[in-house]
Order: sequence, then structure tokens, then C-alpha cells
Amino acid sequence: MLRLEEAKIVQGEFCLRANFALELGRKYAVIGPSGAGKSTLLAAVCGFVPLASGRLFWHDAEITQMAPGNRPMTMLFQDNNLFPHLSVAQNVGLGIRPDMRLSVQDHERVNAALERVGLQDHASRKPGALSGGQQSRAALARVLVQARPWVLLDEPFAALGPALRNEMLDLVRDLVVETGAGLIMVTHAPDDARRIADEVIFVGSGRADAPQPATALLDNPPPELREYLG
Amino acid sequence: MARSIVPVSTRSGSSAAALVVVLILGALAAVVSRADVGSGFVGSDWAAIRFTVWQAFLSALISIVLAVPVARALARRRFAGRAVLVTLLGAPFILPVIVAVLGLLAVFGRSGWVNAVLAAIGLPEVSIYGLHGVVLAHVFFNLPLATRLLLQGWQAIPAEQFRLAAQIGLTPWALFRTLEWPLLRQVLPGAAALIFVICLTSFAVALTLGGGPRATTVELAIYQAFRFDFDLGRAALLSVAQLVMAGAAAIAALWILPTIGMGAGQDRPVLRWDAQGGLQRLHDTVVIGGAALFLLLPLGAVVLRGGGGLRLMPSSVWESALLSLGVSVVSVVALLALALPMAAWIATRRSGAVEVIGVLGLSASPLMIGTGWFILINPVMDPSGVALPVTALVNALMALPFALRILVPRLRDTIQDFGQLSTTLGLQGWPLWRWVLLPRLRPQIGFAAGLTGALSIGDLGVIALFADMERATLPLQMYRLMGAYQMQAAAGAALLLLVMALGIFWVCDRGGRWHAEA
Repeated sequence: MLRLEEAKIVQGEFCLRANFALELGRKYAVIGPSGAGKSTLLAAVCGFVPLASGRLFWHDAEITQMAPGNRPMTMLFQDNNLFPHLSVAQNVGLGIRPDMRLSVQDHERVNAALERVGLQDHASRKPGALSGGQQSRAALARVLVQARPWVLLDEPFAALGPALRNEMLDLVRDLVVETGAGLIMVTHAPDDARRIADEVIFVGSGRADAPQPATALLDNPPPELREYLG
Repeated sequence: MARSIVPVSTRSGSSAAALVVVLILGALAAVVSRADVGSGFVGSDWAAIRFTVWQAFLSALISIVLAVPVARALARRRFAGRAVLVTLLGAPFILPVIVAVLGLLAVFGRSGWVNAVLAAIGLPEVSIYGLHGVVLAHVFFNLPLATRLLLQGWQAIPAEQFRLAAQIGLTPWALFRTLEWPLLRQVLPGAAALIFVICLTSFAVALTLGGGPRATTVELAIYQAFRFDFDLGRAALLSVAQLVMAGAAAIAALWILPTIGMGAGQDRPVLRWDAQGGLQRLHDTVVIGGAALFLLLPLGAVVLRGGGGLRLMPSSVWESALLSLGVSVVSVVALLALALPMAAWIATRRSGAVEVIGVLGLSASPLMIGTGWFILINPVMDPSGVALPVTALVNALMALPFALRILVPRLRDTIQDFGQLSTTLGLQGWPLWRWVLLPRLRPQIGFAAGLTGALSIGDLGVIALFADMERATLPLQMYRLMGAYQMQAAAGAALLLLVMALGIFWVCDRGGRWHAEA
């Protein structure tokens, strides 16, 4: 259970409040207008933006002040999810040990993860030699070996075409189901939310609402969400 | 936007910065404590100050006045060899001063090519020594710099504007007034100020081409008070004067000093439709040809004369070459040890701390720092025993501002792009440097190292203060050969030094870019 307790994020004029709990193993979509603070919410959960007030809990332990690398989560950003100067295998290996001192078992895990995402033949390539979809797969392979309880997606597939994006979302859904991880993903597209999310967190008017079942909410949106969906 | 949490530790960076400040302030304090204020400036000191300012003013003025037509011609012409020529404009930056001086002597000296031509047609000979020699050498070094700065500005004019100008058929004069003059007004003051500040701290040029009561810079006066009169008090007083003068000029010019772009002017020239007339073509050809001759003849002379001189060099030259290589390597290592953590520290803060350090570096005088350390070291041990380490360290300090300007922007981009990813992966400390920062910065590190190595190997400054007869770096050895009128052996040493300076730059720069991923 990941819990935001009276959390408040302040950045200059901007202010966002959130007060809800998320259950491990469920998939949450964060939707809302541009500039409403979807990415900021994820950045705060991940530890990149400090909370002005309130607390963050993982089960019963408070993690409000914990360093981003130590939190029980991994995040994929909009871009720069891979180091361009390292091979695909090295990029994945960093997810196991930041100092890259990998044991034989670690190497096996890297290979297994690459195989799972279908990149076993590209292990020694640099990201620049891969297509956009393959780059996303490589980043997901790293998420796999990191094996954190939560996976956060800040629209990492936004630059992909619709078919490829759906393919990636399906892969993400399969991966989190296999590993039992929870998923929090920012999205602009209600269809994406319907496709893989169990529940939807609507962000608007300086507030992140508590999650509600996806289908019910999107079929029968409250006025503010209706305005956004159009 | 989310503020990125920076994974780079800033402690080693601030320690490195503190160390640099202590090294410089320590020297300053030593100099001030020993400055012989009682006697004040004597007449020759005032003469040195006047000469320093006057030659710097003339050097800056002549450099930019000549640079305008050269940059203009280069900006609007496309010809085979243009890229090579523009690259060559960067060469004086890593060219050892004493090598250039020897080349200039071969062309403009008493028995040089120019005087041979003048004598053949019955004209009186010109002398390269004194004010015009000093200014000539400074123009040789700074005309390329000014040209590159201007070219950079010229290429900032969008191609569309030239297309528009061609469409409405602007006359050359109208084109100059509407497009080029506003640009010049913007770039020229900064370029002139930069060259002025650089020339204020000139030592090696004044040492070889100046001298005497009428052509002594303050730096040279420090050296003379130090070496010939053994008058530390006066050397210290002059050091303070040098610091105040150069520092004041740098601070006054702080807001107009341009950044020295390293690859500046390398882009492809903008397609132009103006200046197609025969007269204008002729004009540009003459200008480019003249500038190329002025820059290439002295270098050609070094190569030509050096080839024969290599066999005549005493074995001490080879020993000096080895010492110089050692100094240069130590200097590069010291520079990287200081610059990398400092760059990381600076890159994580907002304000333009680099600019301030850059300006301080420009105005810092190696001889002032050298004098200061001599005063500090002298009571403890024989300063000549540490001549080489001190030279290496001072060279690293002198290269530091340039290195920071090269490293910081790339480091800032790297942290911007990959800081969050590194943080989520728990990358910090050595693994962060090992797997992210060093690989990302490799081309910049190579370039900075090459620059430092070349500057250090060719430096004739602090070493002249500290060295005894046994130990000499290659530039000092070469200077001694020139002083003993062994010109052929000196020419051989010059060629060796030239090859070593360019070689060390090439090795580092190429090494940095080798297989570097974008």
C-alpha cells in the first residue's frame, strides 16, 4: 500500500493536494489537463519534488524524505530512459547494480529480461542503433530487473505511433501482472486508461482526486473531467 | 517542470574550488606582505605600466581592425581550403609563444625575409624589436582570435536575411549598413576588450621582442626585478600593480567579454548572393591571401629552418623535451583533478559562476602567482628544486578557466538529461562518474586536456622565475639557445616544440572523440 497523507506540492504559484492510498498490484492511470500537475504528482511520489507538507507512506514506513533511488519504485520518463553511450545490456545491468559489478546470476537475469522483451539479439547494440519501439523495450527490460514493487510511467511512449504505443502498453500490462507490481501511469488518452488501468486518478484544479474505477468514471465523468474529455 | 534532484556530490567540487582560491590568495598575500611600498613606483615602473597599457591598446585595435575585412571575406566566400584555413585560425591558441616569435623573427627579423626583399629593392630595413615587434606578435596571436569571434557573429545572421537582401537588391553599402554594421557594433567591443585583457599579461613576447626602458611590460619588469636585481620587494610591488591593472580591466569589461567558442566559425558558410562583383572578389582574395600568408609564413619558416637545426641541437634539448613532456602530463592530470569536480559543482548551480572564474583567470598573472609562491617556498626550501611541479601546477591553474568553459555546458546538459535517470538507478559517486559523466564528457575532456597539455608544454613564464641552470623546460632551453645566438639549434628546438605541442593536443583531442557516441 502506497499512501499520500494530506500531501501538498508547491512550486511557485502552483499548488497540488493529494490524499489517497494506492494498492499494490493494481494499475492506476493519471489523467487531466495539461499543466494540471500529472507529471509533478509522479515526480513527488518518486522523490524528485519535495512535499511542502504531508507525508508519504509505503506500508507502515514513512518514505517522505527517502532518496529517489531507495524508494520502492522505478520510473520511466518521457525521454532519456537509456544512456546512449552504453550498450543495451549495460543499460539493463545498471538496474541491478549501479556500480555494474554483476555476478553470473546477474548476467543471467539481464539476458532473461532482454529475452522477455524480445531483445536478446540486440544486447550489445547501443540505443542509437535501435528503433523507438526497441528502445522502449530495452527500458522495460531494465524495469524488469529492477523488480521494484511500483512502476511509474510518465508518458514514456508518447513519441511512438498509435499501434506501437498500444503494443507497449500491452507489454507493460503483462509485465506488471507477471511481477505483481503496481502501476501508475500518466496519460493524455482516455483510451489508454481504458486499455490497461483498473482505476483512474483525475488531476485538476490543484487537486489529485482519489482513484475511481476506470470504466465507471470514464463512462460517466463528473463535470470537470467531462470538460477535459470533451 | 520538476526540479531535478542532482545526483552529483558537490563536496569535492567546492574543495577543489577552495584549493584554487587558497593557491591564488596565498600567492597574493605573500606578494602583498613583501611589496616594497616604501619606495613606491620609480620612473621605470611607470614606464612599464604605460607601455603595458599602450601596447595592449594598440594590439587590440590593430587586431580587430584587420579582423573585420578578413572575417567579412571568409563569411561570404566559399573556396577549397576554407575549412582548413578556419581550423588554422584556432592554431595560435595552442602555439607556443616562443615558437611563434622565432617564426616572426625569421620573416620580419634583421636578416629575415622581409628585410631581404626590402634590401633588394633598396629600402631601409625594419626592426622587429621594441613596441612594433611586441604589437606584431600580439596581432599574430590575436588576429585569428578576433577573426573567429567575428565569423561566429557573422554566421549568426540568418541566411534568410541575405536572401531577402538579394531579393530587394541592396547595394553593398546598404547591405553593410543594414546587416553587417549592427553585428559589428555588437561583437567588436567585446572582442577588443578580450584581446586588451589578454595582452596586458603578456610576458614571453615582451621578454623576447621587447625589453629595455622603452618596451618593458609589467610582467617583464617583475621578472627582471626578480632575476637580475634579486629585489623581491619590488617584484612584489609590481605584481600588485599588475593584478590591480589586469583585474580592473577584466572587471570593467566583464559584461562585454565574449565566450571563446572553441569550434567557432566551423559551420558551413551561408550561401550568399551579394558581393559578386569583380572588384569585390579581388578585394576578398587579397584579404584572405594576405591573412593566410601573415599566419602561415612564420609557421612555414619554423618548419623550414627547424629541419636543418634538429641535428645541431645539443643533447640538453632532448632532456628538456622529456622534462617538458613530464610537466605537461602532470599539468593535464592536475587540471582534470581540479576541473572535473569543479565543473560538476558549477554545473549544479544556476548562476554564472564560471564567467567570474573565467575573468579572474584571464586577469591572473602567472608571474604574480609565481612570485608569491617563490616568497612562500623560499624560507622552507630551494625554490629551484620545485620548479617543475610549480610550473605544472601554475599551467593547470591558467588553463582552468578555459577547461571549465569547455566542460560545464556539456556537464550541465548531461545532468539535465540523465540526472533523474541516474538518481532512480541509485547512481552516485564513482559509479556515476564511471558510467555516466566521464563517457558523456569524453570529447570535452579530451579537448580540455589537449589544450592544457599544449599550453603547458609551450609555456615560458613561471619556469623562467624558478629554474636554475640544470633544469630547464624546452621553451626555456630554446630561449637560452636564442640568447646564446645558436639560432639554428634554437630553430631545431622550435620545430620539436611545435610538433610536441600540436602532437599532445592532437592525441588528447582525438582520443576524446574516438568512438564517442553522440
